[in-house]
Amino acid sequence: MHAEPRLIEVRKNVLKQNDVVARSLRDRFRAAGVFVVSLVSSPGSGKTAFLEKILTLLRSNYRVAALVGDLATENDALRLARSKAPVRQITTGTLCHLEAAMVQNALEEEEWDINRLDFLFIENVGNLVCPSSYDLGEDLRIVLISVTEGEDKPLKYPTIFNSADVAVVTKIDLAAAVEFSWETAYKNIQSVRPGMQVFKLSAKTGEGMEEQLNFLGARLSQLRQSAVV
Amino acid sequence: MHELSIAMSIVELAEEEAERRGVQINAVHLKLGVLSGVVKEALLSCYEMACEGSPLQGSRLVVKDVAIVIFCPNCRAQRPLTSMQMFCCPECGTPTSEIVHGKELEVVALEIEECMPNPV
Repeated sequence: MHAEPRLIEVRKNVLKQNDVVARSLRDRFRAAGVFVVSLVSSPGSGKTAFLEKILTLLRSNYRVAALVGDLATENDALRLARSKAPVRQITTGTLCHLEAAMVQNALEEEEWDINRLDFLFIENVGNLVCPSSYDLGEDLRIVLISVTEGEDKPLKYPTIFNSADVAVVTKIDLAAAVEFSWETAYKNIQSVRPGMQVFKLSAKTGEGMEEQLNFLGARLSQLRQSAVV
Repeated sequence: MHELSIAMSIVELAEEEAERRGVQINAVHLKLGVLSGVVKEALLSCYEMACEGSPLQGSRLVVKDVAIVIFCPNCRAQRPLTSMQMFCCPECGTPTSEIVHGKELEVVALEIEECMPNPV
């Protein structure tokens, strides 16, 4: 035997396995006519509060459900149960993000009939870095930042802002107390992601929630119309 | 920190390729975009761990960083981005979020040792 070192070319996407599952999920969601929204943010930005509020509000006109990723506890699922929408916890253990296969497994175990849903929400684990690499088959990815985090979050985490579709600034009721500048935050978001649509709201006071409801409702109609054509 | 699971995917992928071609792998060449969400240093240390006990044990991970290139709708041309905090054309200043390069996370080549039978 004699060995000869050489270089061979391959082109393989490292996350191909995740992308394949995500694509099949997306096809399933499309066929079912359900609009899928994922939420990403750092821990404590108010994803769960936002979700509880939006599920409660949407429930009067739409059929909704949510999958919630959490490292160790089921606290989020318990909080969200108050919205009376079906909620399923995905406990990730030490894993810092959700992957498409985890969404797929959760849906199978729960045996939800996604054909009978209008909206499915997926709350990712609180983390502004790792979730950006993983496609979950969602139609819309919302990145949330709270006013208490400061206006420069977008500049520190441009990657997640470039993987998301729209941004939501939360806890706007606390803006004055923490001297949050909406103009600066908006400018910073536009700087790392030109043209990104940005909402501001407070899940606590309800400010800005109606705009969010209308936005999601419009996106659902768009999806259904494009499916007809 | 999701670099360990990324490293494990790389090892798995390379292992499959090695088995399919019947070769021994000395190094894996990876293109890593600045916007991939993966930290190079963390990935390199995780790679060693991921290789342990696999046929790739002792192999190297060679990372080629890929800078961000955007498409400027005004110049109608691809341009390198100068700052990750400012997504605009370095020539004319037009804001753009059309990313051409920088999200890569791709195995592009394998350094192999081909086991060939001795000439008779």
